[in-house]
Amino acid sequence: MSERTLQTPLTKENASSLRAGDYVYINGVIYTARDAAHKRMYEAIQSGAGLPFELKNNIIYYMGPSPAREGRVIGSAGPTTSSRMDKYTPLLLDLGLTGMIGKGKRSPEVLEAIRRNHGVYFAAVGGAGAILSKCIVSSRVIAYEDLGTEAVRELQVKNFPVIVVADDQGNNLYETAIAQYAVN
Amino acid sequence: MREIDTATLTDVIKEMCIEANHVLSDDMKSALLQAQKEEQSPIGRQILEQLEQNMNIASQEQIPICQDTGMAVVFLTVGQDVHFTGGSVQQAVHEGVRQGYKAGYLRKSVVGDPLERVNTGDNTPAVIHFEIVPGDQVTVTIAPKGFGSENMSRIFMLKPSDGISGVRQAVLTAVRDAGPNACPPVVVGVGIGGTFEKCALLSKKALTRDLRIRSNIESIRLLEEELLDQINRLGIGPAGLGGSTTALAVNIETYPTHIAGLPVAVNICCHVNRHVTRTI
Repeated sequence: MSERTLQTPLTKENASSLRAGDYVYINGVIYTARDAAHKRMYEAIQSGAGLPFELKNNIIYYMGPSPAREGRVIGSAGPTTSSRMDKYTPLLLDLGLTGMIGKGKRSPEVLEAIRRNHGVYFAAVGGAGAILSKCIVSSRVIAYEDLGTEAVRELQVKNFPVIVVADDQGNNLYETAIAQYAVN
Repeated sequence: MREIDTATLTDVIKEMCIEANHVLSDDMKSALLQAQKEEQSPIGRQILEQLEQNMNIASQEQIPICQDTGMAVVFLTVGQDVHFTGGSVQQAVHEGVRQGYKAGYLRKSVVGDPLERVNTGDNTPAVIHFEIVPGDQVTVTIAPKGFGSENMSRIFMLKPSDGISGVRQAVLTAVRDAGPNACPPVVVGVGIGGTFEKCALLSKKALTRDLRIRSNIESIRLLEEELLDQINRLGIGPAGLGGSTTALAVNIETYPTHIAGLPVAVNICCHVNRHVTRTI
């Protein structure tokens, strides 16, 4: 378990060097997409249409912010539950996506896709949207604006704090950490 | 007979939506601070500290505590001697939510048709529960509900023979399955009895009860304490990353039921358990 600073883009080599339990501070560009944007991206891939951003070596943050007040970059901006994206995720990983930030458990299919593609799944602290918004230095809607909070955004982040939950060796922090504190 | 203009209801609900999403109630705050002192896991303590900082930033800088500012659940307890003037009560509630979510920079998270899924753009409609009681006052409780935890809630139609151990199993199963997804430490609202929909409503109402107040039914109070202890032995911990604080409280509400049934609803709420009450 260690503390690491990471600069995007996130290559497979870098993702592969991370281990469940590592504290990571992310710097650089990440992209937001949640339920409705995933559905559209998935359909775009099926029909051969273009995607809003390059998947290769990038990180998706499962997040739909609250509106920004005047003069501010963004509103509250914490993670949403990742499992709702599980249906779409293996394909995105197969196409080059290397990282995901969210909260909560992933399906066996996603964990397997992380292993075979040398990806990584990070958790940010759910319900800490006010403090996490402080690590976002710019935000720009780049696609699906009609989806409102669910639009795809390009975010510049600075020391955005996450913890590695699942790595490409099959380690899963939720399982090991919970087992450690369970009392029979 | 007391007359209340529905415009008053709109104004109050607007303010309450904004307040609920920026400031946690005292019972929640003190439970989270207490958890920080008692949590055994170092990561867990760190997360609880982060949640405390988050609460402070939210209220000081007017940033919603969580970006999921919820679907607005509104409980309206109306004295039967009240006469509403100035138009539809339901529309006045929706209007209050509409205005509050706009003026408070709160997220619009409601889709009109559940299958077509087009955002209504103003977080309406609210979910409204009416209750008629004696008197001439109106009590309004607003509980914006996030869906990370709502999605992990369950109803169990138990058999009478399942008894209290069946109820315990149901609650523990729901919390265990929710795991990290529901943003622990959670508050667990439980409804026991009634019918299918009544126990669900009781479980939602249970979440709005002050965490420092236990059930006034002795056996239920004991069950609340026992379940809290058992839940905190599951090891899920803050953010689901392991620890001794999985729930802050278990609030149980009960109602008489049918000879053939034992309905149990478990409504889980994340650590941003928002509830504000005002009396008009």
